[in-house]
Amino acid sequence: SPQIVWSMLGNRQFCSYKMTTKTQNFCRNEYNLTGLCNRSSCPLANSQYATIREEKGRCYLYMKTIERAAFPRRLWERVLLNKNYEKALEQIDENLIYWPRFIRHKCKQRFTKITQYLIRIRKLTLKRQRKLVPLRRKIERREKRREEKALIAAQLDNAIEKELLERLKQDTYGDIYNFPIHAFDKALQQQEAESESESDAEREEEDEEDVDKREFVEAEDSDLSDFEDMDKLETSSEEEQEEEEEVEKKALHSKSKGKTPLKGPARRKRPYIEIEYEEETEPTTKTKAA
Amino acid sequence: PRSPRAPAAPAFSVSEIKNKQRRHFMFLRWKQQQRKEKLAAKKKRRKEREALGDKAPPKPIPKTLENQRVYDETTVDPNDEEVAFDEATDEFAPYFNRQTLPKILITTSDRPRGRTVRFCEQLATVIPNSHVYYRRGLALKRIIPQCIARDFTDLIVINEDRKIPNGLVLSHLPDGPTAHFRMSSVRLRKEIKRKGKEPTEHTPEVILNNFTTRLGHSVGRMLASLFPHDPQFIGRQVATFHNQRDYIFFRFHRYIFKSEKKVGIQELGPRFTLKLRSLQKGTFDSKFGEYEWIHKRREMDTSRRKFHL
Repeated sequence: SPQIVWSMLGNRQFCSYKMTTKTQNFCRNEYNLTGLCNRSSCPLANSQYATIREEKGRCYLYMKTIERAAFPRRLWERVLLNKNYEKALEQIDENLIYWPRFIRHKCKQRFTKITQYLIRIRKLTLKRQRKLVPLRRKIERREKRREEKALIAAQLDNAIEKELLERLKQDTYGDIYNFPIHAFDKALQQQEAESESESDAEREEEDEEDVDKREFVEAEDSDLSDFEDMDKLETSSEEEQEEEEEVEKKALHSKSKGKTPLKGPARRKRPYIEIEYEEETEPTTKTKAA
Repeated sequence: PRSPRAPAAPAFSVSEIKNKQRRHFMFLRWKQQQRKEKLAAKKKRRKEREALGDKAPPKPIPKTLENQRVYDETTVDPNDEEVAFDEATDEFAPYFNRQTLPKILITTSDRPRGRTVRFCEQLATVIPNSHVYYRRGLALKRIIPQCIARDFTDLIVINEDRKIPNGLVLSHLPDGPTAHFRMSSVRLRKEIKRKGKEPTEHTPEVILNNFTTRLGHSVGRMLASLFPHDPQFIGRQVATFHNQRDYIFFRFHRYIFKSEKKVGIQELGPRFTLKLRSLQKGTFDSKFGEYEWIHKRREMDTSRRKFHL
């Protein structure tokens, strides 16, 4: 009889479904109505018992009566409940008519809870679902190693510097960076091209004679004519450069604070370099060109 | 005790000795011998070189992965007409013709943690005309039509895992391709050594290195379309996407020309590396999208010398 069962399992002896915690006892039996280990909630210790269970989204009412206590296979009677909430409640009432109040009440509570979580599941599946993709350790390690090696092979700084210098050569920056040597080389090349095209024959003949006269002739030409040209170039380019330098200096000063450790000396030299090159290195480059 | 010091001729192998200590010892001896032989060979070769003097054959070029790379048939030839025609008519043509200015939305996955948030902010300073918006659990499918309505050209979603950003989805908005990258070695600005000040508002230049194949070309154009096409050279900032062995390294520098042949660069801004995982034709749609390229590990990772970008 149920009382004896309870006196054994409930308090004294071992029940495999019972789980004890600090504050409460739980019952792991799947047919348990409330989930707690109580005299009134134990499916083993009550000969007349009912539960609600859900399978694959449909709810069933399970009932157990004393008459079938001898037939374990037919012990639990199963009734499929209606999908409509109210109709299902009526069904529970109808099936559990004349049953103890406690079981009826708890059945309805459990059914409510179950329908609520089923609704929630359906809502969540419509929203975005996070897909967990397991990492593979070997592959992660391999990728990391390859990335490091690729980084070393890339030599990023060199590549970037090369690319920037190429862009400078191809004049993508236009007139912003006015390196006088560069400009002067260009001017020289142009002059050479002109003089070559004009006086190819004369040069060949005069080669021997020019050995002594070279310095004299070229000094005159270079000093006078080129200086005139360079004056024009200088004044115009200096004006532009001064304006640009001022603009750049202001920009530089605003940015210079964080950069002084690396760029300080280079920064301060920059305006100076340009002026010096213009004045001092001209004769040297000219004689070299000769 | 037996000492297996027989010479190499009678099928003696170091790995057959059962005793670990002895095996280790024999292996070390074998290794030393190998090293000696190698050194001797080197010396001999060097002597021969010096003896020959000018007539010596040129030094053999060392084999690198870049040299040994399996030739990819989709490598783009700069003069290819078909490629040029394709590029004139693909989704980035209006950008490259200067008809559209890029406007970028940066967002993250749900509930971003501190590092990701800061990374997003720094990325927003690097890319001009970009805005960061928090995700707050919104579905991407609903965000995208809203973005298109507000004239955004690109969408960047930074995926996060365990408080560090590890993925990047770059989607070109009006119906453009979507690229999904895996992101690694993310360094925030404060973690970079010897860095400069913050990037200014000037539009940086863009350098794309080493994008050789067709796939690489399209990815490169996609990355380039994030930045406005006309850089401001006054700013002297440059953003670099360098592709090496299928890893795209992103760096952001400020450069200064010290002289004609010398340029100095200083790193500012975040840095990260990307590896392409998949390229989709339309906007982001994981289920029904038409994939142009997916990285399939079993098929594509078989050869060490084959790269796809």
